[in-house]
Amino acid sequence: MSDKFEVVGASERKVDGLALVTGRPVFAGDLDLPGTLHLALLASPHAHARIRHIDAGPAARLPGVALVLTHENTPTIRFTTAGQGYPEPSPYDARMFDPKVRFVGDRVAVVAAESRRIAAEALGLIAVDYEVLPPVLSLDAALAPGAPVVHDEADAEGIWDAAHNLAAAVDIAVGDAPAAFADCAAVVETTCETQYAQHAPVETHICQSYLDDNGRLVLHTSTQVPFHLRRIIARILDLPIRRIREVKPRIGGGFGVKQEVLVEDACALVTMRTGRPARWEYTRPEEFVSARTRHPFRIRVKVGAKADGVLHAVEMDATQNTGAYGTHALTVLSNAGSKTLPLYNKAPHLRFAGRSVYTNLPVGGAYRGYGGTQASFPLETALDQLAERLGLDPIELRRRNHIRTGETSPIFAELGEGREGVPMTIKSCAIPECLTAGMEAFGWAQKRSRTRDTGPIRRGVGMSLHMQGSGIPLIDMGAATIKMNDDGSFHLLVGATDLGTGSDTILSQIAAEVLGVGLDRIVVYSSDTDFTPFDTGAYASSTTYVTGKAVERAALEVAEQIRRVGAAMLKADAAGLALGDGRVTAADGRSVTLAEVCTRAYYGADQFQIGATASCVPEESPPPFLASFAEVAVDVETGQVRLLDYVAAVDCGTPINPRMAEGQVEGAVANGIGYALTEEYLFTAGGKVRNADLSRYKIPGTLDLPPIRVILVDSYEPTGPMGAKSIAEIGINGPAPSIANAIYHAVGLRLTRTPFTPERVWRALREAGIS
Amino acid sequence: MILDIVLNGTRRTVEADPGESLMDLLRRLGFKSVKNGCDDGYCGACAVLLDGRAVNACLVFAGRAGGQRVDTVEGVGREGVLHPVQRAALDLGAIQCGFCTPGIVMTALDLIAHNPRPDEAEVRRALAGNYCRCTGYVKPVEAILAAAAEMREAPE
Repeated sequence: MSDKFEVVGASERKVDGLALVTGRPVFAGDLDLPGTLHLALLASPHAHARIRHIDAGPAARLPGVALVLTHENTPTIRFTTAGQGYPEPSPYDARMFDPKVRFVGDRVAVVAAESRRIAAEALGLIAVDYEVLPPVLSLDAALAPGAPVVHDEADAEGIWDAAHNLAAAVDIAVGDAPAAFADCAAVVETTCETQYAQHAPVETHICQSYLDDNGRLVLHTSTQVPFHLRRIIARILDLPIRRIREVKPRIGGGFGVKQEVLVEDACALVTMRTGRPARWEYTRPEEFVSARTRHPFRIRVKVGAKADGVLHAVEMDATQNTGAYGTHALTVLSNAGSKTLPLYNKAPHLRFAGRSVYTNLPVGGAYRGYGGTQASFPLETALDQLAERLGLDPIELRRRNHIRTGETSPIFAELGEGREGVPMTIKSCAIPECLTAGMEAFGWAQKRSRTRDTGPIRRGVGMSLHMQGSGIPLIDMGAATIKMNDDGSFHLLVGATDLGTGSDTILSQIAAEVLGVGLDRIVVYSSDTDFTPFDTGAYASSTTYVTGKAVERAALEVAEQIRRVGAAMLKADAAGLALGDGRVTAADGRSVTLAEVCTRAYYGADQFQIGATASCVPEESPPPFLASFAEVAVDVETGQVRLLDYVAAVDCGTPINPRMAEGQVEGAVANGIGYALTEEYLFTAGGKVRNADLSRYKIPGTLDLPPIRVILVDSYEPTGPMGAKSIAEIGINGPAPSIANAIYHAVGLRLTRTPFTPERVWRALREAGIS
Repeated sequence: MILDIVLNGTRRTVEADPGESLMDLLRRLGFKSVKNGCDDGYCGACAVLLDGRAVNACLVFAGRAGGQRVDTVEGVGREGVLHPVQRAALDLGAIQCGFCTPGIVMTALDLIAHNPRPDEAEVRRALAGNYCRCTGYVKPVEAILAAAAEMREAPE
């Protein structure tokens, strides 16, 4: 479908690539501001305690210390660190500094000093007298009758049931699933648990703040949500929004963890109080403990099918550990259902129930996949079991049940982002093509029917099917401004936030396509609240679909203005003029250049600025789809699972930039492989993270990954810009269930707990008597 | 302490604290391509060449660089005269957020200088200490292989 485009569909170089590959100082931490104060964090050593007394005096008197922030001298307003649309669907259960600490790593104090060394020294001089409280360190402990209450403060808002440690709850039903299982020929039920995991962007959280010449607060920070951040900081510090400028330079990866306000509030407060620049950069251990994580879940899934293999009832019951604060609690919980259940829309009976539970453990947050990753694991392993029960190939079971173009699912309307959802009919669905292309590239039929290995190392193959969304319908918004220059180039201003995903490039390609120019004629500037229009930010796989549409609309308006000027110059009818190759051309072949058009608009007759601003609030969220295939070798003597091959076949609509789209999937799959095999937080009995570094928390390196082969199948989403849907998140959902199903195929073992580390697999093999 | 360092080909006399890491020194001198990803030697974002070999600059005392050659990506290429590894990284989509890119480029330069004909396994082994959370390494590995091939055909 992309043959009809010139710039869209081409694997253009990233517009910011040259700066990045030559090491230009373009990241938030690369700014050198004279007189900067360096911030350091005193974190709670206790999982649950009340601060009886804190003495910051000796620290504050240390030469070189400018300020010590504690709960005694900072704003007491409650907010959520989750950078979501307003009003946020997360509870207001956090304070800048709270007299009660709720996990090991929670904020106690922040020192601002002339150097990092002095700040670190001052931390040791802060005396804190804690009243240690009994902690709740597991889902069961938090849900037990009479359990200690994590949020007993009177001034929190939006908590579902604080007395019972419930941050949020969801319960929807379509038909009568519990009764419908009685009518099924085969029923499978499984309960799976997933772990705490880290985003591990190579750049940790970093903010630098200063006052500009007019005394306005400028935040130079690594964030996914510049406009939400500005709004939240304004509220915490009681500043007018107009007094804050938030700039996102290049940032070193986010994956959801930078959809949070974690360092900016303290930086801003230090700058407001001292008038001096401030800098706060999380250390790697702080990034692990005090930033955000992937919410662990315990999920029970029950699926039932009629004898023909068509699903009749699906039930999902999800219990989420949100840790000490309810950031993204309700929405990640809801997405566990809304990003999985619509995939199998043949079942008339559906139930999704869930609850989000506070514990005294690290805090959950947004993480690529956003609940879909956690829930895909039990659902897709249950379907694998169901296929076996029915004597069907797992792919055949999916073929009989997956959603198709022209169809809908009641889940779309029932389950939204903290409220009801938005009904949607699927307009593009290339799942059949994904399954076929994926199984052929992978060699499914041949590998699946291979004679079983009988030695200590046994190979197996598994697959799974996935969906995600493209933005949040009727909530997300993207806007774009395009203005024309007198050399025929254009400035594209977008609030959208390029985290390294390439959105600056993709949005420029969309503008170039509409305006009939090469990519080099688009100068893009993004994510600066002073100069770019509003955007909700980079999350929920929204930018290409939502902001891309806004860019397309703005470009169409600009093209119309260009045609009007061109019509006057060519004395032709505007409607008959075509834009292309940097020219406006009439039907009879006469043309003027875009430079001539803008020069006339600037200096000639009827002068005006050619330009437009357009917005997009999406009415639906077309899902991208993924068919995922994994081949493993399980060593039954050591429990080691080696991944031999991985194929991801994706329907993302039109890939605006195919190599960058592939890169999104390759990176997401690699992250998902880490989640499936090695990545997990380990805790002491007291709730302290034992492996808060990149040595003991193992993310995949070059030697840990199989060949990852990505196939982008042909697809066109009619509601998207140039036919595009999203691609950023979906790839991460595949590895855990595909690998689990492959392990079962290899050794007959059903794993229900991620990650599949050698020790866990070895123990399970022993328990099952497999050797 | 006073150090003589040949920094990106230019001899410089610089002052360093005895306990300062080469990473902190280079960043303080304005070589911001040297990234701090963990300050612990695991991520490779601070990789630079010390006398032609890739090292994690966070693990090397600044004093260790005295009298030696230190190369960062700032000295490797710029617009118009990019190194083949940089050009291939751009052309083949090997860069996403770009935070790990300088370290990967420097590691690749070390590899190709000592092994002009690396195969994929050798590239993967060389990059084993460079974490990238964005790309899954598929395109960075492709780019380094392509750059090495180009350099064999048209040596500088």
